[in-house]
Amino acid sequence: MQANKPENFYQNVKDALAQPDLKMIIRRTTDKAEAKRAEAIANFPGFENARKQGQKVKDHTIKYMDHYLAEFEKNALAQGTIIHWASTAEEASKIVLDICRQHEAKKVTRSKSMLGEEIGLSHALDNSGIERVETDLAEHIIQLAGDPPSHIVWPAMHRSREDVIKLFREYHKDPTYSEEIIDLVRSARRDLRTKFLTADIGISGSNFLLADSGSSCTVTNEGNAELTITPPKVHIVTAGIEKLVPSMAHAIPLLRLLTRSATGSEITQYITFHNGAKRPNDADGPEECHMVLVDNGRTKMLADGMEEMLRCIRCGACMNHCVVYKHIGGHAYGSVYPGPMGSVLTPHLNSLEVANKQTHACTLNGRCEEVCPVNIPLPKLLRSLRAQSWDKKYEPLTNRFVVKAFAALAKRPMLFQWVSSCGVIFMKLCSRKGWIRSMPLAGGWTRNRDLIEPESKTFMQQYKAMKKAKSDGA
Amino acid sequence: MSQEIINADVKGAQSNAIKCLNISEKKVGLFVTCLVNTMRPSVGFAAIKLLEDAGCTVDVPESQSCCGQPAFNSGDDEGTRQIAYQTIKQFETFDYVVVPSGSCAAMIKKNFVEVLKDQPEWLARAEHLASITHELLSFLVDVCDFEPSGVELEGSYTYHDSCSGYRSLHVYEQPRKMLANVKGLDHRPLHGHSECCGFGGTFCVKYSDISNEIVAEKAENVLATEADYLLGGDMGCLMNMAGKLNREGHKEIEALHTAEVLAGLAPQILGGKNASK
Repeated sequence: MQANKPENFYQNVKDALAQPDLKMIIRRTTDKAEAKRAEAIANFPGFENARKQGQKVKDHTIKYMDHYLAEFEKNALAQGTIIHWASTAEEASKIVLDICRQHEAKKVTRSKSMLGEEIGLSHALDNSGIERVETDLAEHIIQLAGDPPSHIVWPAMHRSREDVIKLFREYHKDPTYSEEIIDLVRSARRDLRTKFLTADIGISGSNFLLADSGSSCTVTNEGNAELTITPPKVHIVTAGIEKLVPSMAHAIPLLRLLTRSATGSEITQYITFHNGAKRPNDADGPEECHMVLVDNGRTKMLADGMEEMLRCIRCGACMNHCVVYKHIGGHAYGSVYPGPMGSVLTPHLNSLEVANKQTHACTLNGRCEEVCPVNIPLPKLLRSLRAQSWDKKYEPLTNRFVVKAFAALAKRPMLFQWVSSCGVIFMKLCSRKGWIRSMPLAGGWTRNRDLIEPESKTFMQQYKAMKKAKSDGA
Repeated sequence: MSQEIINADVKGAQSNAIKCLNISEKKVGLFVTCLVNTMRPSVGFAAIKLLEDAGCTVDVPESQSCCGQPAFNSGDDEGTRQIAYQTIKQFETFDYVVVPSGSCAAMIKKNFVEVLKDQPEWLARAEHLASITHELLSFLVDVCDFEPSGVELEGSYTYHDSCSGYRSLHVYEQPRKMLANVKGLDHRPLHGHSECCGFGGTFCVKYSDISNEIVAEKAENVLATEADYLLGGDMGCLMNMAGKLNREGHKEIEALHTAEVLAGLAPQILGGKNASK
């Protein structure tokens, strides 16, 4: 599947809505995620406190970002990790490729990392002729299918079990002919095991970077991060600088929030703190460890007053609860990060000019903010991006004209009242049996629904007449 | 319509007024909202009747327009400010400002301060207006301790909690509490009662097809309750859901603003099944 582009959002939406099964496939995952999250939160009386604590930890670290980055670097260097700083996506992916070339790597394993997607690492590796092995089960599926991820936690949610059966039979060396999930998982495991052991370099993301130890934390359910990191000679971590927290004690409340908000579980199967390369007495581990710390728009977000977005711990709860995401799916957004958090991030990672339509594809209903484990005011941030689009005139001219005309009227109440009463007359002319089925200038509404017929006079007209009748009578 | 209000149950109004002595001297300014003004004036009259029954003196400033949501949500901060200035001037002298819509009330309560944050004088006035502004149904219960009496409506209702009212202003218990006093009316819980209906102001015309998918699902949930009435506190959501139900040929359920039911004005609704009888 060819990746959609953010600038083609309208067409992407059309294509998504035209897919008959897409909604049902999305719902299979999001409905379950919603229910499991609700149950996990209900069983976690300390949720609101953890949320406040998590928000505080993030806000504090973001506020003193320079201090903690320096501390992290110092401690990571002390355990022998080689630190690289990348200010853009291109720089980050070039650093990784250069390390691969230095080590003449032919095969790399990767554990799931949205930052890796963000910096275009998959394409960069593929284009340089290095064999890339995605080791997360869902990433494995979309690698076989050639799809971009459609969700930040379940990247293959748009693929059905039938799709997976077909893909595995086509691509696995020793495929299963069973259609049971357990057999399909075993088939993937057989395929991936030898690759884990023969990779030259393992590349992982990071869920948290701990400043006081220079370590990186991964959270998975499959153990693939551990198998990606331990066997190869070289381990490369790519991480956004917002992953930083002061210490393990600070990561714990965020971990409790993350797993519950993402999958509704109290904890995942594997939570590992990685501490650089193998030390003299270690039984195993990489001989060399690199960390690529990526800015790619993050410090600019801080400067632009979008620091609340840097709290994001990538749990995906906002998209699981978003009425728009649930109908159009992740690919329609045309960006690495979809849904509410993606609509706020993409304008910073890409550009607002390219990704402003997504900021309007939201009813501002507030559900995403309600479920966000770190209280990110997503609707407020989306609205502020709309204000930036407005100032930069990215809005289509007709929209601007309509809104401006409306605002011009609304600040002149008497004229506004008069135009409203004319509107009522016009609508009455278009009505039949209490309803308007179509009306000039109202196609956006009447294409899909009817409009109720108004009363003959506006409230104000009726109210004034009533008041006059009262005073005349008195 | 006007006769209805003049002939309202005077005794009921008086007894409620006594119960609400604490605000009996209070002057309420009614912010009508665009949709009530043009599409459903009966909601405005229902609001007046309920507020008077609850012991308030109601005035409707004639020089009012819109709360500014279409401009604000489109990102036009300057346009929003212009609208905010005149709304503040019109309403700041009341003891309370009451709005028969969660989203318009939330706009005045939460967002005027956002666009005026760099103008200290206006900000103070916006903060004052925010502090006296209330959504109608929550105002009746939380401030007036109002209980409707002598209202009857035969049938069952299901309730859609509009997003702004529910999430920004915590309107949830109040309408249900008052509706429990309507004789003959049963509640049928709605699956996904607080999930967005897909209206979203300009969203529903800008992204009409996404909005349509969302409201189609909402309509299915509404129909599954087999209720006679779909109630809510926001005209936008009600028009969206009612419009979809009607387009799909479902005449068995009627959408009403909760104020219309509580004021006993439900049967007069235009376009409704009771009106055509």
